[in-house]
Amino acid sequence: MSDGGIEALLDGARVCVCGGSGGVGKTTTAAAIALGMAAAGARVAVVTIDPARRLANALGLDELENEPRRVEPARLGEDAGGELWAMMLDPKRTFDELIERLAPTPERAEEIKRNRIYRELSSAVSGSQEFTAIAKLHELAQEGDFDLLVLDTPPSRNALDFLEAPGRLTSFLEGSAMRTLIRPTGIGMRVLGRGASPLLSALRRVTGLDLLSDLSTFFGLLGDMTEDFHRRAADVERLLHAPTTEFLLVTAASGTAIEEAIWFRRTLDQAGLQFAGAVVNRVHPDRLAGVGADETLDALADALGADLAERVAAALEDDQVLARRDRRNLDRLAEELGGADGPPILRVPQLDGDVHDVAGLQHVRAFLFASEIERERMISELAG
Amino acid sequence: MPGLLDRRLIFVTGKGGVGKSTVATALGLHAARRGRRTIVAELASQEGVRRAFAQSGDTFEEVELADGLFTISIDPESAMEEYLRVKTGALGQALGASRLFQAFAMATPGMRELLSVGKVYELAQFTRRTGGADPYDLVIVDSPAAGHGIGILRTPRTFAEIARVGPIAGTAQRIAATIADPDFTAVVAVCIAEEMPVNETLWLRDQLRTDDLELAAVFTNALLPDRFTDREARRLKAAHGRTRTGADGALGAALSEHARAAAQREELARLREGLGSDVPGVELPFLYNEIVGVPELERLASALEHVT
Repeated sequence: MSDGGIEALLDGARVCVCGGSGGVGKTTTAAAIALGMAAAGARVAVVTIDPARRLANALGLDELENEPRRVEPARLGEDAGGELWAMMLDPKRTFDELIERLAPTPERAEEIKRNRIYRELSSAVSGSQEFTAIAKLHELAQEGDFDLLVLDTPPSRNALDFLEAPGRLTSFLEGSAMRTLIRPTGIGMRVLGRGASPLLSALRRVTGLDLLSDLSTFFGLLGDMTEDFHRRAADVERLLHAPTTEFLLVTAASGTAIEEAIWFRRTLDQAGLQFAGAVVNRVHPDRLAGVGADETLDALADALGADLAERVAAALEDDQVLARRDRRNLDRLAEELGGADGPPILRVPQLDGDVHDVAGLQHVRAFLFASEIERERMISELAG
Repeated sequence: MPGLLDRRLIFVTGKGGVGKSTVATALGLHAARRGRRTIVAELASQEGVRRAFAQSGDTFEEVELADGLFTISIDPESAMEEYLRVKTGALGQALGASRLFQAFAMATPGMRELLSVGKVYELAQFTRRTGGADPYDLVIVDSPAAGHGIGILRTPRTFAEIARVGPIAGTAQRIAATIADPDFTAVVAVCIAEEMPVNETLWLRDQLRTDDLELAAVFTNALLPDRFTDREARRLKAAHGRTRTGADGALGAALSEHARAAAQREELARLREGLGSDVPGVELPFLYNEIVGVPELERLASALEHVT
């Protein structure tokens, strides 16, 4: 499974969605990919969700503007062939802007934004980030200002939340279940009156009347906009399924992260989405590279004396545990992804610190954009 | 302020990838060893706890993992089904069977969270509403990572406000009052000594304060050993590149660990300074193991010895 690095993987792509669970270096990977593609001459925008403060500063993203801003070429060093744009997503604002765009009148938009159900909906932590990230992606894709959009996905425990949460919210907004259950008009009659269906009176008993009437008011305000949500959802589906949209899995080499990666791939397949490959971060290379441990200890003792040599050997032994674990996990991942014929797995080694500046991003980029042969050489150099 | 293990409900929060489930389970093991009948409730049906104990089966069920330590994986669908069955009788069951209602309940913002936290509340009651179930001394909640688990703490209050009156409002009010009671409930955070997790832990502390909640403890997980002094590290650096391949690899491993341990110390100091003296800190070692199984959890539980 010789690969040519990220650039070959994203050849012809207009959208790259970076998925993965929290804490695996997703934001850094998305930023390094965008940086590298820009250096290769493309006009690229990276949409990040929650970047580390220092990394955001490094990209000049000190202000939340909710629109991509160009990263000054001076920040990128000499090889800025194309353009790098970056933005931090503001979920609440993205949601408000969507309502403003879809509402028939500004007054209606204001009324919706004041509605209690809407306020809860747009600021609920779970779901709204995912929903608005996709909405923003769709908006930027429609405007067509960029050769490539790189989307960092919200931090979640489960990589699949990102695919499922927007659907849940969309189906709520489309309101098909709701419209059947409670008509936006005359709810008082239907809920209180004798004509209320058994289902509805059971619902009333469980939820209380206020919640029902609030929901009814909310859907009354949305009115025909529910059809717009439906249409947009279909557009978004088309965008995600387009041959120019690639899903890239970002993961770490630890056991649970690999399990999740395998599961993620299966779900993408079931959903008919394109899996481009996996980036595995924090891989511990085999530092012994076939040399015997005894021989190593002797050489260390010669150079450092027995006491220090012993502690260095202990550090090596611990490191080797993780190297073995990572190799086993990577083998398993490769096998699950289809072995030699499967999509590429790009390894990025464990680095010595947080990536918090452009130099750090360039370092990660070097691994991601190298061909497989070149990458292996870089990793063994680092390990040596 | 009562000791951590004297509460009945502990919410373990934290960003993804910091080992939240591992710490929650180790804390459960520690509490069980001290004689508390404890259950670790997972809210994201990841089955991580069970995997560590090599168990499988129906997840929405209280399973004993070790002496006095139980686990359950709470998903909103099962929680709703049980709630309707126990609370509202035949009518509720008819409702639960309706696909339309299911779609309604699962799509209503916050409803999934409310149902999950409702089940947590039920587990923490002296008199369990589910027939024949025994009470627990301690319920440890492995909260979801999204929004750092704060959503789950806020949902009951929000619902009490939205629904105003009716059964949901009443239930939500009771749960909200339980969460707000520091004698009953503690919120703790798990963190690792890196920039983002430290920032988010400090942010979490501030967010909780706006809801009149205090962090009861912060667990800093995965701290690397401090094997070398800076002077020794300089000696290693000088030798690096001049020895044979294997030894060079060993020096590389040692230097890399040393650099990362130093970065961790800096972040840990920043965390401590940010938290001040009001929030106790607990430190846990990085485990150099291929998997986290029972022996590793026991090691972490022993590292929690002084937590009472």
